[in-house]
Amino acid sequence: MTEPLLEIADIEFAWPGQDHNVLELPSFRIETGEKLFLFGPSGSGKSTLLALIGGLVRADRGSLHFAGQEVESMSGPARDRLRAEHLGVIFQQFNLLPWLDVRTNVTLPCRFSRARAHRAGDIGKAAEALLAGMDLDPALWGRRADELSVGQQQRVAAARALIGSPSLILADEPTSALDADRRQVFIDLLFAQVEQAGSTLLFVSHDKDLARHFDRRISLPEINRAGVES
Amino acid sequence: MNLIGLAIRSLLNRRFAVILTILTIALSIGLLVIVEQMRAEVRDGFYRSVSGTDLIVGARTAPVQLLLYSVFGIGDATNNISIETFEQLQALDEVDWAIPMALGDTHRGFRVMGTSGDFFERYRYADRQQLEVAAGREFDDLFEVVIGHQVARQLDYDVGDSVILAHGGGRVSLQQHDDHPFTISGILAPTGTPVDQQLYISLAAHRAIHIGWEQGVQRPGAGLDAEEARERTEELRPDSITAILIGLTSRAAVFGLQRRINDYRPEALTAIMPGITLQELWRITGLAEQVLRVVAGLVVLAGLLGMLTVLLTTLNERRREMAILRANGARPVQIAGLLVFEAGLIAAAGIVLGVVLAFVVQGISAPFLLERLGLHISASLPAGQVWMVLGGIWLAGLLIALVPALMAYRRTLADGMQVRN
Repeated sequence: MTEPLLEIADIEFAWPGQDHNVLELPSFRIETGEKLFLFGPSGSGKSTLLALIGGLVRADRGSLHFAGQEVESMSGPARDRLRAEHLGVIFQQFNLLPWLDVRTNVTLPCRFSRARAHRAGDIGKAAEALLAGMDLDPALWGRRADELSVGQQQRVAAARALIGSPSLILADEPTSALDADRRQVFIDLLFAQVEQAGSTLLFVSHDKDLARHFDRRISLPEINRAGVES
Repeated sequence: MNLIGLAIRSLLNRRFAVILTILTIALSIGLLVIVEQMRAEVRDGFYRSVSGTDLIVGARTAPVQLLLYSVFGIGDATNNISIETFEQLQALDEVDWAIPMALGDTHRGFRVMGTSGDFFERYRYADRQQLEVAAGREFDDLFEVVIGHQVARQLDYDVGDSVILAHGGGRVSLQQHDDHPFTISGILAPTGTPVDQQLYISLAAHRAIHIGWEQGVQRPGAGLDAEEARERTEELRPDSITAILIGLTSRAAVFGLQRRINDYRPEALTAIMPGITLQELWRITGLAEQVLRVVAGLVVLAGLLGMLTVLLTTLNERRREMAILRANGARPVQIAGLLVFEAGLIAAAGIVLGVVLAFVVQGISAPFLLERLGLHISASLPAGQVWMVLGGIWLAGLLIALVPALMAYRRTLADGMQVRN
C-alpha cells in the first residue's frame, strides 16, 4: 500500500483558555486518492480537526503527517505555504469574495501559491475548464460573485478549491445550503472534477444520507476520545 | 504583486467610505500645506521688497516699526528726519545711492511718496531688478505723478488722467489737496512688492502742496498757485522727510555706517538692515505661525484618526473576507499587509489630493493678497522640507494602520479556517 496522504497519531488539542481537550485522536488516516466521508455532527470536534489539517492551529501533542511532511513541527509560515500549495477548501457557504468576479475568485489560490499557479498552467484557461466542469454557464463567469445563487456559488467554490490540483480537498458541509436535487448534482460534479485533478477528497457532513457515495466512511464521534462539545 | 490588485479591488468595493476618508485626509493635508507654503511665500514676498536695500534710515524708533511704515505702508511714522541729514548721508563716500521718502499723503487709500528721480534709477527689488515704467515716463513737471501697477489697475487709471491727493491717510479724506491736481505721467510695471500700491511725486511737489499746511490744515489763502510753484521748483524742498533707503558701494561698510547713523549727534536716528529686521519680525510672528502649525497638525491627526475609524469599522464586515483569503492560502502577515497597504494607498491619495488642493487655493487667493497687501504669491508645490513632513505623515498613516492590521492578524489566527458570521 502507498504512503497515506495524511496520517494523524495521538493528537491532542485544547483551545487556548479551555482546560479540556476537544480533540484526542489516537489515529486517523487519509489514503492518497480516496474519497473519505467524515461524519461529524456539530460539537464533535470537526472544525478543530479541519483547522489542524489546514495547519492553522498547532496540536498540544501528537504528530500530523501531510503530503510527506511533519506539520506539527513546522514553522507558521511553512505551514501557511503547505496549506496554500496542497489544500483546497470548500465551506458550507460564503466561500467567495463578493466584490470579485467569478473567474478571479476561482484563481484566488494561485495568488498565494506559486506552486499552485505553476501546476494550473494557464490560470485563466484552467479556471474556465473547472467552471465548465462544474457545469457553470459561461455567461456567469464575468459576473460579480454576489450576483450568483447559493448553488452556483458553491460550484464556483469547488472550482476554486480544485484549481492547481491540490493534493487534498477539504469540503466542510458544502451541500448543506443546497436542496436534495442540487446536492446530488453537486456531489457528482465534484467527484468527477476531483478525479480529473487526481486529488484526494475529505468530505465532512452531518448528513449520513450522503455517506453511501464515498469510498470510505468514518464517524468522528467514534474516533475522537475527547468527545466533548467544541 | 498580485495582492495589490486584490487590495485595490477591495477598496473599490468600499469606494464611498474610501473616497470620504481620502477627502478628509486631503482637506487636512491641504490646510497644513497652505499654512506652510503661505508662510514661506509671504516671507519671500516681504524679502523681495527690500532685497536690494542695504540700510533704511528713519527717526529714532523701533526697527520693526521703521521697516513696516517705510517699505510696507503698515503704520505711520511718529517723527521725521531733517532734509539736511538726508543730504549729509547722501554725500558720504560709502553711500552709493540714497532715496528719500516723504510720506503722509494718500490717494483713495493708496500711499503717496515724495521722492527723487533716484528712486526710478537706483531702487532695486527682488533679484536686483530695477523699476520699469510700463507706460508714459517718469515725472518731469512739478505736478506730475507716477503710479504703481496696482493703483492703475484697481482705479482704472491711464497716463494723462488727473488725480487729486488727500492730506493724511484713509480711503475717505476730508482734506484734499484739490488746489493742485496732478497729472499721471507714467505707470510702473508690476513688481509684486508694495511699490505697486503707491503713487510717486517729486520732493518739490511734496513741498509745494504742503505750503500753508504747516499746522496740519490749510491756512486759507496761504497756498501757492500752480504757476508760481512751477517757477520756484528749484528752491522748493521739504524741511523734513520720513525715511531714507540707502544702497552702499560696498556691503562691507554696512555695519560701520549703521553704527555711525545710530550715534548721529545732531538728530536721533535709527538705521536698520532690512534683512535682519525682517528676521526680527518673523520672530514676533513666529508664535502665531506655530499656533497655526499646531492647529494644522492636529487637523491632520484628526484626518488620520478618521482613517483608523473607517478601517476599524470595516474590519468586522471584512472578517469573512479575511477568513476566505486565509483558507485560500493567505498568510496572516499578508492579510495584515493588505490592511497596511490599503491605509498607505488611502493616505498617499489623500496627501497628493491635499497638495493639489493647496495649490489651487493658493492660485485662487493670490490675486486677493496682491490687491490687499501688495504681496506677490505664486502657487507653488511644497518645498523639500514640506515633502519630508508629508512623507512623515504618510508613515504615520502606515503606523496607525498597524492597529487594525494587528487585530486582523490575531483574528485570522483565532478564527482558523472557519468563516464565522
